[in-house]
Formats: sequence, C-alpha cells, structure tokens
Amino acid sequence: MAQPLLSVRDLHVSFATYGGEVQAVRGVSFDVAPGETLAIVGESGSGKSVTMQAVTRLLPMPPAIVRRGQVIFDGRDLLKLPEPEMQKVRGGDIGLIFQDPMTSLNPTMTIGRQIAENILKHNRVSRREAFDRAVEMLRLVGIPNPRERALQYPHQFSGGMRQRAMIAIALASRPRLLIADEPTTALDVTIQAQILELMKKLQEELGMAIIMITHNLGVVAKLADRIVVMYGGKVVESGSARDVFYRPQHPYTAALLRSVPRLDADTSTDLASIPGTPPDLFNPPPGCPFAPRCQWTMKICSRAEPEFFVAEPGHLSACWLHHPMAEAQAQRRAAAEGGVTHGRR
Amino acid sequence: MAVAERAVAQAGAATQPLLEVKDLRKYFPAGRGAWVKAIDGVSFEIRRGEVFGLVGESGCGKTTVGRTIVRLYRPTSGSVIYDGIDVHRAPAAQRRALHRRMQMIFQDPYASLNPRMTVGDIIGEALDIHGLAPSRKARAERVQELLQTVGLNKDHVNRFPHEFSGGQRQRIGIARALAVDPEFIVADEPISALDVSVQAQVVNLMRKLQEERGLTYLFIAHDLAMVKYLSDRIGVMYLGRMMEMATSEELHRHPLHPYTQALLSAIPIPDPDVEHSRERIVLQGDVPSPVNPPSGCPFRTRCPIAQQRCAEETPAFREAAPGHFVACHFA
Repeated sequence: MAQPLLSVRDLHVSFATYGGEVQAVRGVSFDVAPGETLAIVGESGSGKSVTMQAVTRLLPMPPAIVRRGQVIFDGRDLLKLPEPEMQKVRGGDIGLIFQDPMTSLNPTMTIGRQIAENILKHNRVSRREAFDRAVEMLRLVGIPNPRERALQYPHQFSGGMRQRAMIAIALASRPRLLIADEPTTALDVTIQAQILELMKKLQEELGMAIIMITHNLGVVAKLADRIVVMYGGKVVESGSARDVFYRPQHPYTAALLRSVPRLDADTSTDLASIPGTPPDLFNPPPGCPFAPRCQWTMKICSRAEPEFFVAEPGHLSACWLHHPMAEAQAQRRAAAEGGVTHGRR
Repeated sequence: MAVAERAVAQAGAATQPLLEVKDLRKYFPAGRGAWVKAIDGVSFEIRRGEVFGLVGESGCGKTTVGRTIVRLYRPTSGSVIYDGIDVHRAPAAQRRALHRRMQMIFQDPYASLNPRMTVGDIIGEALDIHGLAPSRKARAERVQELLQTVGLNKDHVNRFPHEFSGGQRQRIGIARALAVDPEFIVADEPISALDVSVQAQVVNLMRKLQEERGLTYLFIAHDLAMVKYLSDRIGVMYLGRMMEMATSEELHRHPLHPYTQALLSAIPIPDPDVEHSRERIVLQGDVPSPVNPPSGCPFRTRCPIAQQRCAEETPAFREAAPGHFVACHFA
C-alpha cells in the first residue's frame, strides 16, 4: 500500500463503570489509504464505533480511557494533539457523518448556517461567501431549491434530506477522510440507496477516503474496497472486499456471511445462525473472543490469543486454524464448509 | 386446540381463508381536522398454515394493519374476519376466545416486556388470563416447557428481562405468544432490533415453530430479503395502500409494480461482484406525507413511469396474473 492516510496502531479503549472496566477496544490496528473506502464491520458491542470515536477524540473522558495506541494521520499522532489543534482536524481534514441526523444537527440553526459555520471555521472567507458555498454544497448533495432550503431548519427536512445536509456539512471543508458511522441505518431502503449512490459519486468527484462503519453487509458490498471485521473489541479479519466476501478466513466472518438471507438465494434451507451471544467485555475471555461460539474451536483458542495469519497478500485472519499445527481441524472445516470459497457465485 | 382437532379443522377449512381483511381503513387524528391516513383501503386474505409477509417503508401502514388485526386499534372502516368471526364486532366473550387464537410478537424486545416481572410471570400471565393452568405446579411446568421450546434455559424462570440479551428477550416474547397455544401470530418486525447473527437464530426458531405447530403468521418487516425467506406470499404497501401482492418467488422474479421494482433494486446484496454490476433504480425524492397523500396513485410523485392518468385516477387493485395482484395502470 502507498503511504497510508490514517494508521491506527494497537488501540486500547476502556470505559470505567461502577461494575468495573469495560474493555471495549482491545488492540485494534488498521490503515486507510488515500481515496479508498474502508468498511469496519461488526455487530453491536464489537467496538467499531468506539474505535472511530477514539480516532476522532469524540469519546467523553472520563469515563473513557485510551489505554494504549497511536492514531497517525498525516504524520501526526491525533491522540497527542492539543484540543485546539484537534478541532482543526475534526471537521477540517476529517469529516464526520453520524447515524441519526436529527440528533446531530442543531435544531435552532438553519441548515445553511450550520454548513457555513463549518466553512468559516476552516477557511478565510466572508460570511456571504461561506453562505454561497453552503448553498453550493446543498446543490452538490442533491437537495432541490438549495437557496431556499438553506434558510430552513432541520425539522423542515425529511430523514433522507437531513442525512444529505449532514454530508454537506462534512464535505464543506473538502476533507481528505470522511468517517461515516452507520450513515444509512436510520433510513428506509429507497432513501438508503439514494445516499449510498451520493456518497459513491462524491467520493469519485472529491477523491477523499471513506471509513464506513456498518453492520449491513449489503452496504459494505456496494461501497467498500477493503474490509475490517471486528468482534469482541478486536479485529478478527481484514482484506479486500472480494477476499473477505468470497474467501472469508475467520470462522466468525464466514458464519456472519452465511447468516444473512439474500434475495437471490434459495429459501428452503435454514439460515446458518451463530449460537450464543457476543462476549462480555467486563471480563473478556482469554484467547480468541469468538471461541465460545465457534464451531471449530480447539483447546488453544480459549487459552491464547491468536496472532494474525496471512491468508493471501493483504488478507489477514486472527485464527488458530491457520496455524500449521491445526491442519487436521482446518481440513475438517474446509470439508464441511466447502473450502473457504463461501459466497462465491 | 389439540393437534388432531386442528387437523380436522384444517381439512374442513382448506378453501376458506383463516383471516380476511376487507377494505380496511384506519385514520388517526392529526389535529386541526386533519387525518393521517395510516391505512387507506387494504384488503387481503391469509390461508391457514400460510406465512404472509407484509413489507413497506416506514409510514406505509404495515404496523397499523397488524395492530388493527389483533384489535389493538379500532378500524375507521372495513373489517377483519378471523375464521368467520368479525374481530371488531364480536361480543366480548367471543373476543376473549379470539385472543387465545391470535397472538402478537412485538418489535422492541426491550420495551415489550415488563421490567418488573420475572420471565416466569411474563409467560405465566397469559396462562392465568385464559385460565389455562389448573394448578401452580401445572403453570410452572408449562412455563418451563415453553422456555425450552424457544431455546432458553428452563431454570431462568425467576430472572428479570434485563438479565437477558436482545435475542433472548425476543425468545421470551415468542414464548409468551405461544403460551396460549395460538393458531395465528402477528409478528411485527420481530428481528429488526437484533444483531445480524442473532436474527438468523430467531428466524429459524419462528420457522421451526411454524412447521411443527402448523402456525399461520403475518410477518411484518421492512427487510425484504428476510420476508422473502420466511413468507409464502408477500404484500407490498406504500402510503397506506397495497401496491402488489403475489407469492414470494413470483414477487421477486416478476415484480410488476414500479415501486416493488425500485424496492427490490434498492436492497444492497451482500456480494461485491453482484453489487458492482447491478443496474439500480434509484427513486427520486421522499415518501409524501400520509396527511395529504397525492391524488390518484400514491406512488406517482416518485414513479419513473407516471403519467397524467395516475394523478386523476386511483389504479384498481387487480389480478394481473393468477394470484398476482397489482395496483398500477401500466403494469
């Protein structure tokens, strides 16, 4: 990979609660190249949102504690930046979109002013110019009559339009990295399709990198160049979208892909479900976080944490099955799951 | 009802639908004399042992249909006939009997279980109301049996809902619905609050119970892939109206209504090659307000093939092919 735009190294984040310390993120590392779309996939509690909140320093501290790690963006460790510097990065070179546009927008401020505010903060322009650029941003994200719409308040916008307005705010400063945390989860599918098309088009036009946090594998298939799969506060697999979808290596990824019904699939057989529930992060089990639910678990899995194995160039999986000594078990798995070609058409 | 008895009833009623919804309307007051037309003339039938899926986006009225069927709402007009009985006009005694036969599973497993009741009481309450447990011992046994049926530990009867995960709570909701041994279950978005890996557990459980007990389901959801997976027939709603209805295979292979086509096309498929090669119909604009729906066809404001006629004339819900109904002038 070329010089990464963002590089997260060995990030550990905990939350102090009355019940003890919740270890939400436990040693997460990944890179994002300029202009690429990285999807971080995981279920609730996997640590995907907390990771990105730590990267953008939006975690309330306390109760959150960043125990360890580095977040290198543009040669600087964001975790060490003084807050005023960080504020220039956030909303400047790094744009943010959140899941719920209603709670992320200021209800007492017109949409145009909210976009202009971000432009003013990061550029030396007059108020008038900032407003004109805000109108231009609204046009870019596909809002009809942008000049009139810019004078309206969030409650006068529908859910899909609010999300477009959020994107306009995030993109107003021409960021090099856009972080989108479940940007379409609150939207209906026909509106989701609009927003995804828009994000794709804007990425092509503006050449920014995107980190997309989502649990929707369909959305991932549509947008992602590369995928990071998280489970129990750890990265369990990472690779190109085609590697991960067609040759999933980690048993969790494989099971997750099998558990999603597809419109074009046969409906006569049971969906593959994953028994059990995700781990309790107050007291994370030693070893692999997926071991208690894994069909192919071995003795080592609940004792020692698996290291990353390179399945193919750029495709990593943290699973003991890839260890040479686990060959017999790996072969049993390959026989049962038809090799690792699941999902291939 | 015993299994044998049910088999006889099924044989006798094979031709007659279990549930008939006839021109159902439900308007909610929106203030200043305005009305939200949540359901605006919906008709369909569900046969015994069938899974009927109802899909649509938020605000299309699918949940209101489900809630009106189980009498959580009174309809503005139209009727719901369950096994020959008019649900909303039946005398009180008959209504209680009806509620033993039809049950509901709710969307939010966090909000639909009383946090101050134990799991045993949540499930046992249904037995008490209908007088189905002759003794304390019988009640406890029945509750344990139900917990096992839905895949929960039978020793957890004295636990409270907060001690369970989302998927486990939804299983408790299912056990509560099953407690009175119903024939018909309205499941309103039973899995949308759950994680992907847990959704499959609950759907498989619902499917297994349906096959074992010959249950009839009205499965309400916005996830068309999951609905297709579980349903025999599917109805597609938009702004309070039924736009299309067909078997799930037929609806998926030959969608006739432009809205159904757009909806199918909008769902991203978890396969990068398929996703990148697909031509997508992206609808413009948003769903209009149900307070002031468009004249004629409610979909015409976003429809790629709308004509003048669509604004002037409401399309009839007609049978375009055997068993395949559609409300569009041009389908």
